[in-house]
Amino acid sequence: MSVNVRIPTILRTYTGGQAEVPAEGANLSEVIADLEKNHAGIAARVLDDTGKLRRFVNVYVNDDDVRFEGGLQTATPDGASVSIIPAVAGGC
Amino acid sequence: MAVQAATATSQGTTPETPATTTSAVSLGPAAALSCRECGTRFPLGPIFACQECFGPLEVAYDLPSGDPESLKKQIEAGPDNIWRYAPLLPVPADVADKPNLNPGFTKLVKADRLAAELGVTGGLYVKDDSGNPTHSFKDRVVAIAVEAARAFGFTTLSCSSTGNLAGAVGAAARRAGFRSCVFIPHDLEAGKVVMAAVYGGDLVGIEGNYDDVNRFCSELIGDPLGEGWGFVNVNLRPYYGEGSKTLAYEICEQLGWELPDQLVIPIASGSQLTKIDKGLKELIQLGLVEDKPYKIFGAQAEGCSPVSTAFKAGHDVVRPQKPNTIAKSLAIGNPADGPYVLDIARRTGGAVEDVNDEQVVDAIKLLARTEGIFAETAGGVTVGVTKKLIENGRIDPAKSLVVLNTGDGLKTLDAVAPTTGPTATIRPSLDSFREAGLG
Repeated sequence: MSVNVRIPTILRTYTGGQAEVPAEGANLSEVIADLEKNHAGIAARVLDDTGKLRRFVNVYVNDDDVRFEGGLQTATPDGASVSIIPAVAGGC
Repeated sequence: MAVQAATATSQGTTPETPATTTSAVSLGPAAALSCRECGTRFPLGPIFACQECFGPLEVAYDLPSGDPESLKKQIEAGPDNIWRYAPLLPVPADVADKPNLNPGFTKLVKADRLAAELGVTGGLYVKDDSGNPTHSFKDRVVAIAVEAARAFGFTTLSCSSTGNLAGAVGAAARRAGFRSCVFIPHDLEAGKVVMAAVYGGDLVGIEGNYDDVNRFCSELIGDPLGEGWGFVNVNLRPYYGEGSKTLAYEICEQLGWELPDQLVIPIASGSQLTKIDKGLKELIQLGLVEDKPYKIFGAQAEGCSPVSTAFKAGHDVVRPQKPNTIAKSLAIGNPADGPYVLDIARRTGGAVEDVNDEQVVDAIKLLARTEGIFAETAGGVTVGVTKKLIENGRIDPAKSLVVLNTGDGLKTLDAVAPTTGPTATIRPSLDSFREAGLG
């Protein structure tokens, strides 16, 4: 499955400044692994030492927060849009 | 880009650029930004998430040293607004001379009639922040963000908002000479929409809930469309949040430079609660108050209670929820500071509790009929949770207690309108009045 991944500013040094990059994978875990293959170092910023999503990272597949879905096993259909977003924004 | 800070983009240094603590801007005692998770320090700049671990950044200070009594006198001689605490805030020393809404120093009401109703004997106070310029505590945080926006050279002020913040940003932008463009969920209470729109900046309704709005803003900030924009609760969030410390300062000063024993604080993102705790700790560190234990309690609405749920389950992680409550100003299903709220409630011996919408309305009416304070739904949540925590023995009624009302009830008329109205409608005659039994 080919998906489009939106990269937050904080991670764009790994993508040569690109705000969006293509990636392959049937689920989020595979997409992140593919990102790492092409943009070395990025996975360690998104995942913690145990391989889980970091506490302060939100990931959306299309409009769905993956924490409400299957987490890293959330399916990433062909053409899906994946957004990685710092979680500390908002509120007061 | 219109940013003149130490950073080239609106989010952080690059991996090739070692983080330093040398800052290109001057914001009073603010020394650097520090990650709450891993402790990495960054220069002052319009950044909000740690380059290393995505953790939230907060302002680290070189706080004043010396005689606490001198500092107290300096504060007490300051203006009747938050700028009296400028030596403890990330703002320039001449902040009081700049155009700003000058919020704060709101009333701390000794609520004896409410205390009697709730059985509190140790002294009950309501910190009534409806008295701020746009009638909510948001004016405090926005005032600090305005100064950061000025320092970083932004020309547009923006935010994601559940309503109150949109109004506070709109008003502050006008006063300070910024353009504003703010984003809200499309289905907010009518009063809040009007109070946000009246200032004339751009107000954009997003088809989604607050978390959707927040996500949109987080994406906008990384897009060329958002260049030159200071989002008060995104890329200016570390500074903005510090405004809530002034609630802690004021409460203690108004109590005669004493810590309260117990505080009940509403939770949306949880930032306010964490910053009040930070403010209390700073006062202790500076010797402005005597060090003694205090307990912090968090209040949520049952229909959006991710932090309360985690607290009761003994979890360290907050699982996001889809909000469904009349307390829309607290309807953040994915609260950024939730884990820190859990830490603080547990560290201080407090708790996090929630009440349902019916209890929120009852509590709004309770505060109104006992103290003449008309709170918005968030205030109903704190009063309702206070009542519940007293009933279940978590709050000690024999010790002093401060409850926050963070906004004006006029903002959320819809919540109480269905159950509030005239006692009677009569003809303009004495007979009719007599018949109504009101004489």
